[in-house]
Amino acid sequence: MEKELKKSVIGEPMDRVDGRLKVTGAATYSAEFNIPNLTYAVLVSGTIASGTITAIDTRAAERAPGVLTIITHLNAPQLAGYQASAIAANGKPNYRVFGGDKIFFNGQPVAMVVADTFERATYAASLVKATYQKDEHKTSLEDNLANAISPSRGKDYQRGAIDAYKTAPVQVEQTYMLPTEVHSPMELHNTTAMWDGDKVTVYTKSQGVKATQQSIMNTFKLTDDKVQVNSRFVGGAFGSALRTWPHEIATVMAAKKVGRPVKLLLTREQQFTMVGYRPKTIQKIGLGATADGQLVGITHESYSQSSVFEEFTEGSNNVSRFLYASPNVTTRYKIIPLNVGAPAPMRGPGEATGAYAIESALDELSYKLNIDPIALRLKNYAENDPERNLPYSSKYLKECYSIGAEKIGWSNRSQTPGAVKEGDWLVGYGIGCGVFGAHRGRATAKIRINADGNVNIQCATADIGPGTATSMVLIASDALGMPTDKITFELGNSAFPQAGQQGGSSTVSSVGSAVHDASLALKKKLMELSGKTESDLSPGNYTDIIKQQNLPYLEITQGSQGGDEGSKYSMYSFSAHFCKVHVHSVTGQVKVVKAVAVVDAGTIINHKTAGSQMIGGVVGGIGMALTEEALFDDRYGRYINGNFADYHVPVHADVPDIEAVFIDKPDPVLNPMGTKGIGEISIIGFAPAIANAVYNATGKRVREMPITPDKLI
Amino acid sequence: MNQFEYIRATEQAAAVKALVKDANTQFIAGGTNLIDLMKMGVAKPDKLVDITRLPLKDIKKTPTGIHIGALALNSQVAENSLILQHHPVLALALNSGATQQLRNMATVGGNMLQRTRCGYFFDVNMPCNKREPGSGCGAIGGINRMHAIFGASESCIAVHPSDMCVALAALDATVTVLGPKGERRMPFADFHRLPGDHPEHDNTLQKGELILGVDIPDARQTKNVAYLKVRDRTSYAFALVSVAAVLNIEGGIIKNAKLAMGGVAHKPWRLHAAEASLIGKQATIDNFKQAAQIAMQGAKTYKYNEFKVKLGHNTIVQALKTAASVA
Ligand SMILES: Cc1cc2nc3c(=O)[nH]c(=O)nc-3n(C[C@H](O)[C@H](O)[C@H](O)COP(=O)(O)OP(=O)(O)OC[C@H]3O[C@@H](n4cnc5c(N)ncnc54)[C@H](O)[C@@H]3O)c2cc1C
Ligand code: SF4
Repeated sequence: MEKELKKSVIGEPMDRVDGRLKVTGAATYSAEFNIPNLTYAVLVSGTIASGTITAIDTRAAERAPGVLTIITHLNAPQLAGYQASAIAANGKPNYRVFGGDKIFFNGQPVAMVVADTFERATYAASLVKATYQKDEHKTSLEDNLANAISPSRGKDYQRGAIDAYKTAPVQVEQTYMLPTEVHSPMELHNTTAMWDGDKVTVYTKSQGVKATQQSIMNTFKLTDDKVQVNSRFVGGAFGSALRTWPHEIATVMAAKKVGRPVKLLLTREQQFTMVGYRPKTIQKIGLGATADGQLVGITHESYSQSSVFEEFTEGSNNVSRFLYASPNVTTRYKIIPLNVGAPAPMRGPGEATGAYAIESALDELSYKLNIDPIALRLKNYAENDPERNLPYSSKYLKECYSIGAEKIGWSNRSQTPGAVKEGDWLVGYGIGCGVFGAHRGRATAKIRINADGNVNIQCATADIGPGTATSMVLIASDALGMPTDKITFELGNSAFPQAGQQGGSSTVSSVGSAVHDASLALKKKLMELSGKTESDLSPGNYTDIIKQQNLPYLEITQGSQGGDEGSKYSMYSFSAHFCKVHVHSVTGQVKVVKAVAVVDAGTIINHKTAGSQMIGGVVGGIGMALTEEALFDDRYGRYINGNFADYHVPVHADVPDIEAVFIDKPDPVLNPMGTKGIGEISIIGFAPAIANAVYNATGKRVREMPITPDKLI
Repeated sequence: MNQFEYIRATEQAAAVKALVKDANTQFIAGGTNLIDLMKMGVAKPDKLVDITRLPLKDIKKTPTGIHIGALALNSQVAENSLILQHHPVLALALNSGATQQLRNMATVGGNMLQRTRCGYFFDVNMPCNKREPGSGCGAIGGINRMHAIFGASESCIAVHPSDMCVALAALDATVTVLGPKGERRMPFADFHRLPGDHPEHDNTLQKGELILGVDIPDARQTKNVAYLKVRDRTSYAFALVSVAAVLNIEGGIIKNAKLAMGGVAHKPWRLHAAEASLIGKQATIDNFKQAAQIAMQGAKTYKYNEFKVKLGHNTIVQALKTAASVA
């Protein structure tokens, strides 16, 4: 009886469809294509932070064995898409790879050596000697706050009275610092390019092959049929592969110059300077509340670093505008242009940074008011979006609070800091909330059913780790009523139908909708061909219909996009992160002993991969709170820990049992599956949960991340 | 990385000879430190003499103690039953260093000769007297959070990064080396040196000398030991400070104490005065605190490493508490 019920596969904890390929090493990542006649490129990094290249001596390198070419700004081919002018439209200097003699930041590539082996290219690169005229450089955020400018994006915001928190009976006014964090995926950034006449094929680490294709088309003035970009497997990216970086353009340029395929793999050290990072920020929060905990005003000011040639803004203030129901909110944002590489979005861009500050300040307020931090959040719970005055499409944050509190053992928490001890360890509990916009972009999927009953779907989306292909197979399986093992999903090829980049937690919502709609369109076509109605069409009929029509296969390309729901609803994913920490009372070492992340992200398509996403985000949050900090010596404008030994990402021993709990209730508005998005909220709010737990354990409020032992003794 | 020649030594004397003959030749053992330095352009040998095939891997009992060959792997030493039985503090120290993968490659000799992790030393575009004598010390006016608080000089404030060596210093080990003129032995404490005016020399090894092994004298007590390493992440990070404590407690009275610190000086830092203050005393927290205070006297700090004085103090107290099982 039970068997006959049509059970949806949605939510099933399904193994990754490419899991076997990955764990057996059979998955070919972009740096692993052994193309005949391949040559190897190595970039030479500049060694000053600001100035002009006065000379580059490449003679010794040219004589080194196996060297094919050395590209510098003196001989780089002119690229049609690079503006000739040294000044961009926004009045900033243009940074173009090998586009001129100006140095904007330390580590900027000054030459590329191409040789017949990687080792020979590496050796020759060490022989290239650049001489510079140094200019004064600025790399310190703190020392240059006076040079802050208002960016053209990230406008200031005002609701109600300006800085109203200052009028409230209970106030918190504090400054929070988050250091520069570097994405640090395991797989290094890499690009392989090969030209065939006027056509170029590129293998690269990318979060969106269509966007990379477009950049190459623009830079080399090519049409889309001349540029093919592949990025099927990506060994993590966290936002670092959301743009086409200079090294990718340089590789395409070099392949043209040497007339052979060229492969470039950045070094770990170059990952620190060439492919973005989460910019260092200083955030000032003012909170004002009535004595019983009603928020009167929130002021959130952010200062973040940017390069001298671009404006990069973190959306760090956004969360303060709508997460809590405060009648008065003021936000101000300034950037400080510095001689540093360009920042880039990093997991939970803006919100992770902002939530760290606001969720820490709220915790401080809870102690001032002597109100439980969860009670304080409930007291100021926003039933509707106070920024846009719209209802939320769905919001189960209250449920997140109560489930998380129960799972972490919140009742064991003492409102008095430092009151709970287990042996030499002080015990603390903390909460931090995450919120991130739920989006749906335009996407198109091509679906084909063969006469043998196998279904193949293609879309130019990416999978940087969340298990996209697996989720898409589940969505198609559900829509078609077919078993998952009959369905394959292909991605990471620019020849496939259009999809946006994998960023902003929007892939399942956008691409999943296209897969869903394409599956329904296929069913509709089958009905048309067979004259069957919805109720008498069953998956068992699909192949019969195709055979009856004498077709080898049936194929449909279906675009999909949302409507005007964004103007009627505010759509967000929510999370409540909880943790229990131990802080050693003598040595100051912090251990997260338990983590619980409760998530309202709409329908969960695959509980297994979604759980993994959450674990990854929580680990990122541990890094943010406890270990990660890229350090500059401002005298030289160089990192002093730009490597994996000294830049500390969390290791297994830093990571406790992590329990991810999903509310798993569909969002009725955003897309047909009812999903919202989990990639970002998995990290957003976790760092403050730890900082708050550390305070609860010790009574010490650390306002400069990371919380290392020296700050607690 | 420069191009280099590579030969394998099959015999100790030949290895020493090869090193003496060519000015720019270096031994290579596990390569976990040397290869990194070569990649960064910090070490530029013309020739490498691979010594890993030399018969120096034994860990064995001798009439006076235990001998560990210079080519015994860090992981072999840490898991060896003789070591676990007689000198568990050495196993604790080794296991707190690096990662299992590195410990499976790293040798005892290589561990002793690993270079400082000072970021300026590793970056050939920064000044560093140790790497390039006379170029200045980047760390003194720079980011010196990891740097020395004892025994530093105007020319270098680097620390020796090893955990193993801290335990060996506490255990009164001796080192045997083979040079062109034959073998010589020295106390472990005299193996590494302070930077003085010549930070380019980490130790007292002479040109061409090959470490054959270390000998640890028998200890009377093996129960009351601890190795405590405080670091920025729970594993795979160098010590902010570390403490090896070896106590001999009889009837609640400390009969003997051996203490050494890591992460505070250019060499493993033996705490003789603190040890003396403990002998004949009861194993109490107050006495531990007093010893820690004595140990930290004379510390000199820089802009970012002031915390090491308090952290050092606390880590000594905690290590003694753990060694003595005092809550
Ligand atoms: C990322 C990272 C983290 C680490 N973390 C730690 C840590 O937390 N704690 C810690 O203690 N260590 C740590 N280490 C260092 C590690 O312990 C050393 O790299 C290792 O012990 C070196 O041994 P090796 O055999 O590989 O030496 P090699 O790299 O082969 O050699 C190092 C030097 O010793 C010389 N040498 C080697 N053997 C002899 C010999 N018998 N006689 C004369 N000269 C010799 C070589 O010529 C060379 O100059 C870490 C290393 C890395 C890379
Ligand atoms: S502390 Fe020593 S190793 Fe570090 S920069 Fe100064 S001289 Fe070099």
